[in-house]
Amino acid sequence: MNAARKLACVVVVAVCAVSLAANWLAPSGYAKQFREAASAPPSHQHLLGTDEVGRDRFARVLYGTRISLLLAPAAALVSTVLAALVGGLAGYLGGIWLRLARGFTDLFLSLPWLFLLITVRALLPLNVSPVASVLITFLILGLLGWAASARVLSTSADALRNSDFILQARASGLHGPRLFLVHVLPNLKPVLYAQFWISIPVFILSEANLGILGLGVAEPLPSWGSLLRELEGLISFREEPWRLVPLLLLIVVMTSFQMLLSNEEVTA
Amino acid sequence: MPLRKTQPWKIARLLARKLGAIAALVLLGGLLSATLVRLAPGFDADERELDPGLNAESVRALRQSRAGEHNILSFYAGYLRGAIHGDLGTSHALGQPVQSLLRERWPVTVRVVGVGLLLAWLLASTLAFTACLWRRPAYEILGTTVSGAFLCIPAAVLALLSVILNAPGYLAIALIVFPKIYRYSRNLLAKAYTLPHITAARARGLGEVRILALHVLPIAGPQMIAISGITVSIALGASIPVEALCGLPGIGQLAWQAALSRDLPLLVNLTVLVTLVTLLANSGADVMIYMLRPGEDFA
Repeated sequence: MNAARKLACVVVVAVCAVSLAANWLAPSGYAKQFREAASAPPSHQHLLGTDEVGRDRFARVLYGTRISLLLAPAAALVSTVLAALVGGLAGYLGGIWLRLARGFTDLFLSLPWLFLLITVRALLPLNVSPVASVLITFLILGLLGWAASARVLSTSADALRNSDFILQARASGLHGPRLFLVHVLPNLKPVLYAQFWISIPVFILSEANLGILGLGVAEPLPSWGSLLRELEGLISFREEPWRLVPLLLLIVVMTSFQMLLSNEEVTA
Repeated sequence: MPLRKTQPWKIARLLARKLGAIAALVLLGGLLSATLVRLAPGFDADERELDPGLNAESVRALRQSRAGEHNILSFYAGYLRGAIHGDLGTSHALGQPVQSLLRERWPVTVRVVGVGLLLAWLLASTLAFTACLWRRPAYEILGTTVSGAFLCIPAAVLALLSVILNAPGYLAIALIVFPKIYRYSRNLLAKAYTLPHITAARARGLGEVRILALHVLPIAGPQMIAISGITVSIALGASIPVEALCGLPGIGQLAWQAALSRDLPLLVNLTVLVTLVTLLANSGADVMIYMLRPGEDFA
């Protein structure tokens, strides 16, 4: 691993560790309001100032980072499992199943991602509890984000289907689910891991977009999307530069993910 | 069989496959929209029934007139028939026919997305070709850094920043799309430059511009055309946050408003229409590639 990747790894781990320790590091709860200090600049008591309703911005950044960084991998796990089931199985079975799966994923991939997200989000109630909104947001990302990975997995599984060791296993009498689980799926692991890691930054960005549009995590729960929404009221960078901290943190984490992924994976 | 004689057949087969996909999507989208209308609250209610001036027989006649909608198949048939004739229903949130909303707003989106895409391709191509022609690590680092930075910023944040900096909306779209074009193009060009005949051309003293124009672009060009359809999809998706946050009255803003007010039939209609545009753009790119490379079997 080169120096840049090591640094990126350290950054991601450090940010995750700090966000997990939010309960101890945050000076106050994410929803606690200091009404006498609304829209206050940074101070000893409030490291990043307070927002419009007097909530400590540093605490909200810590808790928001925890939500985004914990749930994006969870959503990526859901999408990777779905991709393995749809793409992996279709590639393994081949023939009409592979064609159907590819046709379906191609059709699915034709839908513009953000249009699809907001449509599905609008199908579900918008006035739900904050916890429910978090689960809904990331579940939608996981349930809708499988198609691209499924396409890649179906190609890999299709190539494996006609490989020598699979033919030998078949000739030895192994077939059906056991052949898939024992021989095909383990050989798809590298592709599965790559798709999992690629999905995480995609889902982080998607949640941020949904949050800024008001379709993400509901108040008072913070997430990167809801924290970035504060930029709407920003008049000038010079007057309130501390409001850019969530954006800078997002850029640092996303850049670290980019450096961790290989060039081919990022381009894909 | 001579290649030239099979070309029209291949193009026709390619177009038929694409049109089949488009037709399947339109049907699926229409059925989904009809289902959402049917399941929406208040579907079976007619507020005229609340008029105290109507007698029991009139109310019965009103209910009878809607009896056909209870049969789900005839409901779907009627909905699709209307859709084919351009009747896409009425927006619950805005109280206007969807068709007139689209007619008002589509030109705004075409302008914003169109100019944004042109700028994105210009910027990405400039960076990619500069890195190829001058072959200095500094240009490579510049391109990678700039594109990497913009890849890390959510589309909605770029839209917000364009509002704060008083920049036009199409600039936000350009900055959202160009990193993806740059990265893909740069990889394509880099792969093309590793081919042996490029090394031979350099060894024979051919200039970098001639090598790029005559030897590299014919190889990498068709694949760059292929992603043009995908960039249309990315740009249309980006139009939602850009138009919503920049206050541009286009399709993207309409979709956002529909999502916030849960105007599901309008939202599904918009999604299907935008997807149609994307599929047409992809199909156009595929046909263009096939015409440039007729010898290849197009999957």
